[in-house]
Amino acid sequence: MIKNTAAQMSAALEKGETTSVELTKLHLDRISDVDNKVKAFLHVDGESALKQAAAVDADRASGKKLDPLAGVPLALKDVLAQEGVPTTAGSKILQGWKPPYDSSVVTKLKAAGVVILGKTNMDEFAMGSSTENSGYGPTFNPWDLTRTPGGSSGGSAAAVSAFEAPLAIGSDTGGSIRQPAALTGIVGVRPTYGAVSRYGLIAYSSSLDQAGPFGRTVLDAAMLHEVIAGHDPRDATSINAPVPAVVAAAKSGDVKGLKIGVIKQLQGDGYQIGVQARFNESLDILSSLGAQIVQVDCPSFEYALAAYYLIAPSECSSNLARFDAMRYGLRTGDNDGASAETVMNATREAGFGREVKRRIILGTYALSSGYYDAYYGSAQKIRTLIIEDYKKAFVQADVLVSPTSPITAFKIGEKSEDPIAMYLADVATIPVNLAGICGMSLPAGLADEDNLPVGFQIMAPAMQDQRLYQVGAGLEAALVSKWGGYLISKAPALGGAK
Amino acid sequence: MSSLSRDDVAKLASLARIEMTEEELVNLASQFGSILDAVARVQELNLDGVKATSHPQPLENIFRDDVVQPSLTPDQALSGAPAQEEQRFRVPQILGEAE
Repeated sequence: MIKNTAAQMSAALEKGETTSVELTKLHLDRISDVDNKVKAFLHVDGESALKQAAAVDADRASGKKLDPLAGVPLALKDVLAQEGVPTTAGSKILQGWKPPYDSSVVTKLKAAGVVILGKTNMDEFAMGSSTENSGYGPTFNPWDLTRTPGGSSGGSAAAVSAFEAPLAIGSDTGGSIRQPAALTGIVGVRPTYGAVSRYGLIAYSSSLDQAGPFGRTVLDAAMLHEVIAGHDPRDATSINAPVPAVVAAAKSGDVKGLKIGVIKQLQGDGYQIGVQARFNESLDILSSLGAQIVQVDCPSFEYALAAYYLIAPSECSSNLARFDAMRYGLRTGDNDGASAETVMNATREAGFGREVKRRIILGTYALSSGYYDAYYGSAQKIRTLIIEDYKKAFVQADVLVSPTSPITAFKIGEKSEDPIAMYLADVATIPVNLAGICGMSLPAGLADEDNLPVGFQIMAPAMQDQRLYQVGAGLEAALVSKWGGYLISKAPALGGAK
Repeated sequence: MSSLSRDDVAKLASLARIEMTEEELVNLASQFGSILDAVARVQELNLDGVKATSHPQPLENIFRDDVVQPSLTPDQALSGAPAQEEQRFRVPQILGEAE
């Protein structure tokens, strides 16, 4: 049962073939069996999950009309506030903090009856591409436990690929949903900026952050997308427009006549051979399904990584000022008449990890007088050029595509001492964030040289998220029929009981 | 080749309110050159006349009616406080000399 898709679980619940309590118990059992190896979760609340499940079962028994995902379990990235449940964003500075309110994503999940199993591990404050920057230790890739699951939403991606949950929520500031989805062989979507409320999402870089769904199939991700998207007056950047019909698009999958643009700048040098091979193979499949493949040129994408690593650290240096040891979170050194400033300095030193400090310092530098124009100012202009490149490209094509990650899952420790090498993991995903548009990663197969999953990235204009699902579903159906099953069924068993 | 000295990093750390150890300052200073070189690529293009984008969406002020809406109770608001006193956040000394 736990290997089923969320759509199948939903159907089984509706037909009365199983109950949410039973489904939740199976997933809690799986977590106790395998999470000591995978370490996807920071906090599991079995009792609360079973209570939520029992409430959905009771509602169903009483004939109440329920959301399709009612009773289906989910893993929640620890960056989202959930009332009364420890929420740390992977940081020691928030250890033990229990939010007094729900984020809007959690409010929507609860309203839909989705059962929240627990909170998943992440790079501290979502800063990283491997989940090694968590203040609570790394998460391990279920495909190979010596490798990272990517990041920053590595815990969510690992939970879904290890069958600990059929669905998960992540957040994507520079690729933090799509890259871990690619590295763990599942589907991950970064919706259009403003499509999903950021209220209660602990901020890293406010102009780039966006929460989104993980699933093992395109349809599962679409079902979760519909639950969490929609206008929210509590987020001033929330888009006040109807949610694109992503579930209908995922059920259609018709790509005939669509123009698919291959971005010249996001392939070639630096892309692993097996990644490029699976990408090209997917293009051939799309072409055989009746799509038209065109080449598009986005010259300023070459500068996207540099712009991102100025804009995101600049915004984070401001956002993380709120961790001041005064109102919540850690406070150290509050003794012998120490001043507020001394306590603040000591607390931030003790509570923040290495990468967070590095980015705060970089952002402080980029925003300091004398350097502002040369660094932050230039980065903002590059951002404009990237938006213009996308605009031109979307005249030539309905969707744009690239490999999601230039490489497959890398070894734990391989890049953790080299920040620049780690930053390169996001080279193909970052342009989407800078432009505020939407992107999906779905499995394209295994790289021949290492037998690890490769992700295929699809990008669409703002609020055209349904195009991701339309093309993703078409490609997925063809690949699944070629493979004789979903890619994730090839993942190792992890020695779990069921 | 860009570079930042140990003292430059110490100044930035103090602006960012982080009391770094000597080892952290030295380490960060040694890494900063290559990071700055990587991000300085944004200066390679001629960006004259290009508008800056601070946000992917046009932002506008959003108003609501001035009526009381449900919000956190004082107990909820104080629930995560490191220290509290008489329904208020208790903070270390802010004004004047500490010692």
